[in-house]
Amino acid sequence: MSMSSVLRDVRSGVIGILPIALAAVPFGLLLGSEAVRRGLSPAEISLMSLIVFAGSAQFLTVSIWSHPAPWAALALAAFLINLRHVLMSASLSPKLKDFRKSQKALVAFLLADEIWALNERRAIYHQITPGFYFGTALGLYVIWLAATIAGTALGEALPAPETIGFDFVFAALFISLVTGFAKTWRALPVVISSLAASLFFKSVFGGTGFIVAGGLAGMIAAALLPPERKDAR
Amino acid sequence: MSLDPATVMAIIAMALATYATRISGFIIGPYLPEQGRLKQALDAVPAAVLTAVIAPTLFNSPAELFAAVITAIAARRLPALGAITVGVGAVLLGRHFLGPW
Repeated sequence: MSMSSVLRDVRSGVIGILPIALAAVPFGLLLGSEAVRRGLSPAEISLMSLIVFAGSAQFLTVSIWSHPAPWAALALAAFLINLRHVLMSASLSPKLKDFRKSQKALVAFLLADEIWALNERRAIYHQITPGFYFGTALGLYVIWLAATIAGTALGEALPAPETIGFDFVFAALFISLVTGFAKTWRALPVVISSLAASLFFKSVFGGTGFIVAGGLAGMIAAALLPPERKDAR
Repeated sequence: MSLDPATVMAIIAMALATYATRISGFIIGPYLPEQGRLKQALDAVPAAVLTAVIAPTLFNSPAELFAAVITAIAARRLPALGAITVGVGAVLLGRHFLGPW
């Protein structure tokens, strides 16, 4: 593959992630300011954005942080919130034909929700290339880190995201992605099962297990559908 | 720039826990079937997981449900950024005019 086509892929990756990365800015700011309020230093929360790079896990653990840090409880919380990434990486795995093993190790490190979702959408019509993947990942990674650091400095000067509707950005992005994946009637039982199971699980058990519960329910619904005709041949 | 040892250790443990979830799918990936029921289930992961992530948000308040419907309609015609803009506008309108459940 030529250098110019690699650069073209990197560029479409960066452009693709840009609006989403910008929408993540208020959350990075909020995370930084919340972390300082919870007694983490700017260096510590920046380190977390640098090596954990998982928005929802970071928010939850920062909100329950205490000193000295209960590392096992915090790691377990991060593990449980991120269990959905087992499903996400398993789904992405066969779509990374152009990637070397060492590149896949880096892909896994950068597999935040938004990166995963954007690359799954890419895979509907294109082969995912390293240039595209790392373009999307780099864009979000840099902006997430910068926003976290800026948040530690801004502190309580920030408006709450819900007053400007920014808390809905993530939901709106995912809704628009779901409509992209739901091209045929076969997606309908998947979406409905996932919706019902995650709401049920959340209202009964609370916590964050509802994502995996909903994901599994949707997968079971898909497995029970009659085989697609192209598979049957 | 202060780094507390217990905090740094917790952050490293979180990083390892997160990485474990993200690499696991690539480790089992080569053993996953390329056809059949399990393949159908895996193909459904994007729609199923994305739906599950946002499901509770949608039922937070009437404003969110209203905005979710508007966003889904907008997403059929607009690129993601346009649909998100419409959705944020709708949630602000909804919060202004609609009460809690």
